[in-house]
Parts: sequence; structure tokens; C-alpha cells
Amino acid sequence: MIKTLQENFQKIQKFALLGGIVAIYLVAVGMVETFAQRNLIGTSLSLGHAFLVLGPIGVGILIAQAMKESETKSIYVAGFLAGALSSVSLILFNIVIQIFVIQADPDAVFYLRNMFVSFTPTAFEFLTFGQGMVLGNILLFLFFGLMGMLGVSFLRFPDKIRRGWINSLIWVLAVGLFSENVAQILRELFGPGLGKIIFSNKSMNPVAAIILFAVVFAFSYFGLKKEASDKWAAMPEEKQKKGRVFIIIMAILFVAILPWLVGLFLSQALFIIGMYVMMGLGLNIVVGYAGLLDLGYVAFFAFGAYTMGILTTTGALGRSDLNFWMALPFAMLIGVLWGLLLGFPVLRMRGDYLAIVTLGFGEIIRILALSNWLAPFGGGAQGILHIPQPEFFGLSMNSPQAMYYLVVLGAVLAAFVTIRLRDSRLGRQWMAMREDEDVAEAMGINLIQTKLLAFSIGAAFSALAGAIFAARLGNIFPHSFNILISINALALIIVGGLGSIPGVVVGAIILIGLPEMLREFAEYRLLMYGMLLIIMMIVKPDGFMPEARRSQELRDEKDTLPKQAAGTEG
Amino acid sequence: MLKQFLDRFSWVDFFMRLLQVAAVIVIIVGIFNSLGATKYTSGQWVTLVFAGLAQGSIYALIALGYTLVYGILLMINFAHGDVYMAGAFTAVFLANSLAASGFLGAQPVISVLLLILLAASVSMVLNVVVERVAYRPLRGAPRLVPLITAIGASFTIEYTFRGLYGAEFQSYPIIPALDGQFLTLAGFEIPWTQIVVLVAAILLMVSLYFFIERTKIGKAMRAVSEDKEVARLMGIDVDKTIMITFAVGGALAGAAGVFNGIFRPQGVFFFMGFIPGIKAFTAAVLGGIGNIPGAMVGGLFLGVFEAIGPNLILEGLGIPAVNQLRDAFAFTILVLILIFRPQGIFGERLAEKKA
Repeated sequence: MIKTLQENFQKIQKFALLGGIVAIYLVAVGMVETFAQRNLIGTSLSLGHAFLVLGPIGVGILIAQAMKESETKSIYVAGFLAGALSSVSLILFNIVIQIFVIQADPDAVFYLRNMFVSFTPTAFEFLTFGQGMVLGNILLFLFFGLMGMLGVSFLRFPDKIRRGWINSLIWVLAVGLFSENVAQILRELFGPGLGKIIFSNKSMNPVAAIILFAVVFAFSYFGLKKEASDKWAAMPEEKQKKGRVFIIIMAILFVAILPWLVGLFLSQALFIIGMYVMMGLGLNIVVGYAGLLDLGYVAFFAFGAYTMGILTTTGALGRSDLNFWMALPFAMLIGVLWGLLLGFPVLRMRGDYLAIVTLGFGEIIRILALSNWLAPFGGGAQGILHIPQPEFFGLSMNSPQAMYYLVVLGAVLAAFVTIRLRDSRLGRQWMAMREDEDVAEAMGINLIQTKLLAFSIGAAFSALAGAIFAARLGNIFPHSFNILISINALALIIVGGLGSIPGVVVGAIILIGLPEMLREFAEYRLLMYGMLLIIMMIVKPDGFMPEARRSQELRDEKDTLPKQAAGTEG
Repeated sequence: MLKQFLDRFSWVDFFMRLLQVAAVIVIIVGIFNSLGATKYTSGQWVTLVFAGLAQGSIYALIALGYTLVYGILLMINFAHGDVYMAGAFTAVFLANSLAASGFLGAQPVISVLLLILLAASVSMVLNVVVERVAYRPLRGAPRLVPLITAIGASFTIEYTFRGLYGAEFQSYPIIPALDGQFLTLAGFEIPWTQIVVLVAAILLMVSLYFFIERTKIGKAMRAVSEDKEVARLMGIDVDKTIMITFAVGGALAGAAGVFNGIFRPQGVFFFMGFIPGIKAFTAAVLGGIGNIPGAMVGGLFLGVFEAIGPNLILEGLGIPAVNQLRDAFAFTILVLILIFRPQGIFGERLAEKKA
């Protein structure tokens, strides 16, 4: 065993260094400390712990992968060593805090905490488990070692146990994380009693956590899921068809009753998800199908919102007294027009220049909306106030639930249009253009028309989302229309998979829905987006729900050529 | 003749030409009107020009990073503005400590050199890390892919530094030796801070030029930007050369961050890199991307244009509160340049490679 360890010591060192960097990074940007205030289970296990152990657990997994051939025992020891060594960075961190923060004079010429805001005594307290300098650091060292072994266990446990082990850990953590939302759903379904037993003060009751762990473990251990899917596969064709229809009907029903199940707050989150699905589908046409990277997509969102605002507001800026439904087509029309107008000058551009020009458009429009010059039209920095909510047969749709239905309707419309377009001649033209503009032109595709249609259809959906957004909020301000909206929309279609429609929904739920539900993450949301974009592009460039043709294109030419030669081209 | 003309006629070209003419007319009308109104004295114009030159030299330093990287990898390092922020944001704490200890007052030159050293090293390391983590694994991927990781890197850097140093504004201290000192030049008063920034930036750019043209590493960089494969055959370590390019670009951006602090001690914060980043990119395109002297001239030109443009052109068109539109004006230049003259003023060294 010692020999195996010696042979692999370089790997252990390397991974420990990596894990140490991850751990110190998460502590230094303040994630661990911020999340430490949010308990997951009982009062001892917090979200901060979950983030703290990311490094060592990852190290354990890496070790288990790298030493696949070795005997199990020595892998565990290696995992322990690597995990424990990765705590060295945090031990140094503790020493630094002890010397330069706790014992230092805050009024000195240089006080470390003025610079690094997360280097706090609280962080020290958290990292040393409140046990002081010496004992605390030893505990941290051992704890990280154990976490390294935990990481190894994810790969090295016997197969059946492993599945149950991972699944139950994920379930327990997820329920703890979404405790508020789970409690809310339980309240709607079973009344207030059950939620109070399981959760106290946002955190899961330890007993409930153990029960949940056991239940999920049993389910996975006995492979109930697999049994069910085996049964499904054994069914005759006809029965499967019926089953599928049943599932679709259930899904539609589920979407329909969802807002009543989850309560007011989450309905608002659902509304925002729906809005981003709509925008994502529009941007998907531009970026995913036509291959035109548009970073100024927010401009059309703003045009939609401002058109709705100006046409329907009861305030001083109102230009007409249209109601929501009558103004909606105008908002979309303005979106289309601006899509054409802004699309026209960039017809000859491609790739990164196009991205920067559209980014410039988005910023110019935001700055103009803010300026005094255009204030008589758009209200300048004060924005447009008193935009009435839509009415539906005399009922005011002033609840998030009502608006949720509106936005789902819009998203379904957008999905329908996208699917029909994708399978049409125009869709094929877009994709041909995405693969190679010059070849597409040589094949007789009118690039001008094709590009402008992509821009304007994409803009129409964005404007629609903007109009609904304006009506929901009632007030709009230029500050709401910043680059981050474009980046959100772009990130969600990339995470979901460029060109894929289910991908847009999945992307919106992950990138928009999760942060809306987990307000603890608010501060670090964009940090995670940024990392996610990089990681996605390196690890899984075709997204979680890849579109078949797109993923083929993204693969390296070297990989695809032999396959094509073998005739497996799809 | 006519048939030939009609064959070649394209509506896109026609409208683009129309747009171009319209833009020129708007500019000319604006200039005539504002010069006719004689609202500003020549002294005020000179003040604006020098402020513009100082600001422009900062853009130029950042633009060099874009140009160097674009020259080699043909990609826009979208995160470069944030690399600039990283240097400026880190050095502000040292600057404040130096000011508090009185060292900045006693030894201004050494202090500023220390600041530049710190900022440049932070930006340099960061840029190299970004290259290693976000770009190197994606060499040879479709061009959209590194652009997306670059956007990701940009946000990662911004919010990492927000987590590290907090979300508040930090102000650079005023350097006592330069405070309120003016150089009188042909009857016009120019603040010393602007002169110092301008001269220091030009010194850096000149040394960069010699670094690229005269040293062995510079030669390797030029070779890699010509043709990576052939450079590799000639025994050049391409990955190392790319890393050095990122390091040099990052160091210049970090230095620019300190100059920005000296020039206008308004405050640095985690999002400060975004707009200068885009403007510097404009400058790089203006000078012909991939063209090093072009980036310097483009930066200075953009700075001056941005400083006098709103007053000179927009005010003449009767637009109120033109200072609010300064950024919009710069972005409009960006859009116009990219649309009408993507090869820049001096033409682009890389024109044939971009297709």
C-alpha cells in the first residue's frame, strides 16, 4: 500500500493543491461565510459547510478516477491524504486572520480587512469549528481528510450501495436547500402541520433528514426506478402510446395547477422563468439557428416594455389609452421594426464583431433611455409609472398566478412558432447559414432576407416578453434594461443547449428559477453564471439538452470525419 | 455600362452608403452649429483635448492588450476590461496605505512605481490564468465558443473581485505633488496629472513597440501571429508565446488602471472595467486590430473624440445635457467604425486571415 501511495504521491500533491485553491477561493470570495448563515439540517450543518467541502470531495473523486487500478484500501488512504492536504490553504488562511485581523490594530496604516472583506473573525470561527487556533485547525485537517474519503466513496462503493448513497445525499441536501419551497408545497397539499414537523426555521429537522435518507436509499438500493422502466419497456406498443398521452396530459395539468400549488412568491418566480423562456426561444432563433451572436438582445426587450408603457400608462407620459391586449401587437410590431432596423447595418458582419456591435446597440439604447434628451418620451431616469395590469373579461390580472398563465401562453406560442420555423424552409436556410455563410449564399440562399427574418422574429419574442414584463411590474426604469438581461438569456440557451427547445426551458429553470428560489445565492448568482459558461463550454459545449445537429457541428472535425466515412452521419 | 452597373447594384450597399452620407451630414451640421454658437473659448477646447488625450492614453494601453491577443488568437478577449479593473482595484488599497503613512507625499515617484508594479503583476497573473483556464482548452474550437467563455470569464472576474474586496467604491488618494499643479503651455493651463499620465503611457507604449520589434520574444510573438503551425516548426513554443502575450497585455492593462487612478481619483469598483473595456476595443478596431501602433493612435484618437465630440457635434444638434451621452457617443463611434470601416484607419494587418 505504501508503495502505491509513493507512486501516486505526485498526483495526490497536484490534486490537493487544486482542492486547496478551490477551498480558499470559496472562502476568500465570502461564499462559505455568507452561506454559513443558512442551515440545511438542524443547526449544525449549513450551506456553508456544503460549499466548504466542495474542494476536498472533488479531490477525492479525482483521486478515485486517477487511481482506478489500485486496490480500494490504498485509494481511500490517498483520498484522505489529498483531502487533508487540501486543507493546508485554509489553515494558512486561519493563521493569517489570527495575526493580521484578530490581533491587528484596525486603525493601522494597513488593516487587512479593509482590503479583503471576507477575512473576518466569523470566518475564522466557522473554519475552526469554534475550537480555537490549534485544536480547530487539527479538526479542519481531519475533516477535510474525511471529505476526501467521502469523494472516493462516490466512485468506489459497491455499485448498489453507491447509487443509494449518492441519491440519498442529493435528496437530503436538495430538500434542505429548498426547504422554504418544499414547506410551502406541503402546506398547500396537507395543511400546516406536516411542514412544521419537518422544518424548523428554514432548516430540516435531523430526524426527518435521516428518514428521508433511508427512504431514498431503500428506493435506489432495491432499484425501484429501474424496475419501473423495465416494466415500461416490456409493455406493448399500443399501451406505451396510451401511457405517453397520459403523461402528456398529466404534464399539462401539472403546468396548469403549478402556481396554485406553490403559492404567491414562487408564482412570481415561475412568471420570471416563463418570461425568460420566451426570450430564450427568441434568442435561440438568432443565436442557435441562424448563428448570429447577439449581445444586445435586451434592446428589443426594452422596446417592447417601453411601447407597452407609453401606449397604456395612465400617467403623464401616456400617448394613447389602449388597453394591454390592444397594445400587445404594437409592442411586437415595434420589436420587429427595430429588429429590422438594427439588423440591417450589421448584415455584412459575422462572429465577434457582430457580438460587439449588438452589445453597443444595447448600451446605446439604455443610455438614450436614461438621458434627458429623450425624457419627454420615455421619462428618462424616472421611467414610466402607472402601467395598468391587463384585464381578462373584466377581471384584473393583478396576481402573479394570472400573469403566469399569460406568460405560459406566450412561451407556448413562441415554442410553437419556433418548432414550425425550424422544420420549414426558412429554418433549414438559417442552419445552412450558421454552418457556412459563403456556401449557403452559393447555394442560392438570400442571406439578407434570412438574416433579417432571424433578427426580427427573435426581436418580436423579446418585445413580447418586455411588454408582459412592463404590465406585470407596472413601472419600468431604464436601469432594468441592462446588459445582464442579454447575458442571462444567452447563458440560459447555452446551458440548455444551443438550438434546443427543451434546452431553453431547462436552462431557464436552472439559471433563472433556482436563483429566484434560493435568494441566499443572490450575491453570487453572476459569479456562478460566469463559471457555468466557462465550464459548460469546456466540458459540455452542446448543453444539457443538446440539439442533434448542433452537437454534431460542435464536435471536432477530426471526430466526425471518420464517422461520416463509416456512414453513421445523423 | 448600365447593365453592368445594375448587375452589381445591391440594395444593402445602397442603404449603407445612404447611412454613411447621413452620418457625415449629421456630424458636419453639428460641428458647424456648435462652432457658430461660439459657446466655448479656445482654452476650454484645449482643456477638453488634453483631458481626452490623457483618457485616451489609458484606452490605448488597454487596447494594446486586445490587439496583441487578437493578433495571435483572432479572438476578442472580452475579459480584458476586467483584467484592467483587477489591477486598479488591487492597487487602490496599497495607494491608500501609502497615502496614510505619508510615503506617497514624501516619495511620489517611488510610490507610483510601486503601485504600477503591483497592479501590473496582478493583472498579468490574472490574464495568464484566464488564458490557461478559459481559452487554452478551447484552441481550435468554433469561434463562437471562446467568445462565450470570454464572457463567462468576464463575469467570473468581476464577481470574484466583488467577493474579495467588496461592492463599495474605493477612491485613489490625491498625490500631493501633483495636486492643483498646472503646466502653462502657450497660454493654456494643463493639469500636471494629465501630462504625467500621457507621458508615462507613451513611454510604456514605445517600450512595448521595441519589445515586439527588437527582442527575440517579440519576434516569436510576431511569428506566431503570422502562422502558428509554421512558427511551431521553426521551434517556437507556441503555447508559451501566447502566454507571454497575455502576460504583456495584462501588465499594460494593470498599469492603465493605476494611471486611471492618478488621472481622476473618482473611485474604482468591481464593474469599472466593463465600459473602458468596450471603448478600448473600439480604439483597437479604430487603429486596425492586430496593429500595435494603430492601437496607440486609436486610443488617443478615441479619447479626444469622446472628450470633444459630445460638445462639438451633439450640442450643435440641439441635444440637451450632452454629458450624459458621452458613453453613447463612444459606442456610436464603435458601431459606425465596425460597420463602415472594420479594417480601421490604418488598415488591418490581418485582413486576409479573418475571412
